[in-house]
Amino acid sequence: MPIEILMPALSPTMAEGNLAKWLKSEGDAIESGDVIAEIETDKATMEVEAVDDGVIGKILVPAGTQNVAVNTPIALLLEDGESADSLSDRKSSNKVQPQAYEEANKKEDSPAMSSEQIVGQPTGAVIENRDILYAQGAVIEPPPFDEAAFFTDTKELSVREALRDAMAEEMRADETVYLMGEEVAQYNGAYKVSQGLLDEFGEKRVIDTPITEHGFAGMAVGSAMNGLRPIVEFMTWNFAMQAIDHIINSAAKTLYMAGGKLGCPIVFRGPNGAASRVAAQHSQCFASWYAHVPGLKVIAPWSAADAKGLMKAAIRDPNPVVFLENEMLYGQSFDVPTDENYVIPIGRAKIERTGSDVTITAFSINVGKALKAAEELAKQGIDAEVINLRTLRPLDRWTILESVKKTNRIVSVEEGWPAAGIGAEIAALCCEHVFDYLDAPVTRVCGKDVPMPYAANLEALVLPQSDDIIAAVKKVCYVD
Amino acid sequence: MVSAKETSSKEERNENSTTNLSIDKLKKFYHDMLLIRRFEEKAAQLYGMGLIGGFCHLYIGQEAVVTGITSVQKHQDTVVTTYRDHAHMLACDMDPKGIMAELTGRIDGYSRGKGGSMHMFSLEKNFFGGHGIVGAGTSIGTGLGFAHKYKNDDGVAIAYMGDGASNQGQVAECYNMAALWDLPVLFVIENNKYGMGTDVSRSSAGQLYRRGEGYGIPGEQVDGMDVLAVRDAAQQALNYIRSGNGPYILEMMTYRYRGHSMSDPAKYRTKEEVSSMKDERDPIINVKSILLEMDVEENDLKEIDKEIKSIIKESATFAQESPEPPLEDLWTDVLVESK
Ligand SMILES: Cc1ncc(C[n+]2csc(CCOP(=O)(O)OP(=O)(O)O)c2C)c(N)n1
Ligand SMILES: [Mg+2]
Repeated sequence: MPIEILMPALSPTMAEGNLAKWLKSEGDAIESGDVIAEIETDKATMEVEAVDDGVIGKILVPAGTQNVAVNTPIALLLEDGESADSLSDRKSSNKVQPQAYEEANKKEDSPAMSSEQIVGQPTGAVIENRDILYAQGAVIEPPPFDEAAFFTDTKELSVREALRDAMAEEMRADETVYLMGEEVAQYNGAYKVSQGLLDEFGEKRVIDTPITEHGFAGMAVGSAMNGLRPIVEFMTWNFAMQAIDHIINSAAKTLYMAGGKLGCPIVFRGPNGAASRVAAQHSQCFASWYAHVPGLKVIAPWSAADAKGLMKAAIRDPNPVVFLENEMLYGQSFDVPTDENYVIPIGRAKIERTGSDVTITAFSINVGKALKAAEELAKQGIDAEVINLRTLRPLDRWTILESVKKTNRIVSVEEGWPAAGIGAEIAALCCEHVFDYLDAPVTRVCGKDVPMPYAANLEALVLPQSDDIIAAVKKVCYVD
Repeated sequence: MVSAKETSSKEERNENSTTNLSIDKLKKFYHDMLLIRRFEEKAAQLYGMGLIGGFCHLYIGQEAVVTGITSVQKHQDTVVTTYRDHAHMLACDMDPKGIMAELTGRIDGYSRGKGGSMHMFSLEKNFFGGHGIVGAGTSIGTGLGFAHKYKNDDGVAIAYMGDGASNQGQVAECYNMAALWDLPVLFVIENNKYGMGTDVSRSSAGQLYRRGEGYGIPGEQVDGMDVLAVRDAAQQALNYIRSGNGPYILEMMTYRYRGHSMSDPAKYRTKEEVSSMKDERDPIINVKSILLEMDVEENDLKEIDKEIKSIIKESATFAQESPEPPLEDLWTDVLVESK
């Protein structure tokens, strides 16, 4: 049967074009790759190349024809041994394809599907995957975990030591885990978090990198794809902006782009947020940046126990994890369970203080400030519940919302800027799910919407302080 | 020690290269390059019919590069490249049906329709993508090499990049680290003379193959239109790397006949430039004429043409008949499921 040569599209949006010129005539033998015609749109002129060998049997659309619809047959090609006679009784063999094209084009215009429509597809299967339910916006109970049971036997550790111990334990257990970053090996870490790791694991597994965040982050991603489990330390998260392309485009998206065939188990860690008096370029919270990204898990621990249990979870997790530490917390000490199986499920918040009048959510260093505020508030007769979020993606919506149902008031605390921040997300969640329970507007205590100033008095104004939290709580409780 | 060599240095290698070559090997080159060319032509046709969308970057003209290199690579070696990746997957022996079905966005595509032309992977065939960010594949490739060394598996990572990509900061960062740590990485710069519409002379100072000199990485410029020259250079580079000497840079001087992607009419170069490459330097015609000189029957080659034609036809049909992914696939594969 003769092959139909169709009017091609130059781009996905092109619907029709002009057939400017034929470079071959009926009876000409052509080979795959030969230029046979020129077509043009208002944007460009392009050559049409033959995809099959044969002889041009008939030209169906003459040169100079305007507005030829894409996929219209423009000529017929006779294959080896076919004669021109076969042209008369031809049936269009390409019905399917133009239709497919139209459909493809139609879809572009139709409105985006809402999640409900998709969830409602008759798949027959009940979705049990927590991550999928989370992505669809579901509020689900966090993974079960009897945390208190681990606290029967504890040891006091600084956050710094807890992080180191977590990495060391996981490196002992799994040969493929390695640590890389600037100053992590011989110097034992710019903030001494990797103290002793070089001595124990050697330079094969504890690696000092040059100051090339973009390159070594990408390298670590490649090594994760090829069977290793890297821990990448950024001296601080401020410098990871040079590497953010690999964190998001390479690490977070690969599994999806590969249809599930190839993942990237990797931990990116380092101190995040304001340190002390280091000004704008070295003081910034990246929590909301990474919490925005599907394909990542984002953790921000407060206590040494959080740091230990969540670092171990992060290293074991088969997905890319962003682990946001805090320099000001490294030296603070807490009770940490001695059991090496203390691994906190990612996605589980912790109620650090129960209360009935108001919910305060915080993460990282602000959990301490919130607890201090709660103590002061208790003296004034306000009983605050303090939730340590610990994981920012997936956020423990359940624990937050259940708390609000009980207290009817919520104040979100974070160091980052207010716009599109973690507090903004929590406010939206409350509006969507517990609007009728609220007795006061959801209120945010955030870093001020300015770059970090250097002067001590101005810096203090930028960062949320316990007094700011107290004031916000009083406001939502209508107390002055 | 380090040396950066120009094309001329390989003339001697080439002399005995044809004589040592069996007809079967040459036929295999012919087959593999033609498969790529016909695959790409078919992709262009399906694109023209609206069955493939978005960006679609064709490899037509550059076939000798990936074919020559892959021919001397070992099964444990890993490969990573850019968005111009169909040929690299075919060369890695991935199934043309699965590649074409990914181009049409169907369930039987390598990424179940979620990656498209620029993003496919195969752990089985050690192919690590398919990356859309210019330069990113080079860092990832360096990491593949890092893992080879860590696991001590005698593998080499082959990281392809374009001439445009070679100017990325992360490429320099990776040259440094690869040399510093003697990583088994073959950096291949496919210099097809253009990064989109920018002639390499307008984007790049100096010689690309010499960019490793400061780090102690040997580099070589190779006629990338000549599959035998490519093979010989790659063999030498891989031997060097596999012996534990660290990375190597090969700059392949090649040419793409088509536009950067499907919607590029390529007005930035003359018709004469394109046709002189096609007529005088075409890698497939070159091999074909060597074969004919060696008294291979034209008909023998016709058989190969026929076989390829049917493979391509089959993959095009497959790619059109394979269903679109089910809607619930939207949600899967964002994260590896938590236990
Ligand atoms: C970081 C980045 N910047 C810009 C682009 C857009 N872009 C895609 S391909 C390309 C040209 C690359 O040229 P080259 O590296 O020579 O590869 P070739 O396309 O010639 O194979 C550009 C600018 C991109 N994908 N990523
Ligand atoms: Mg180029």
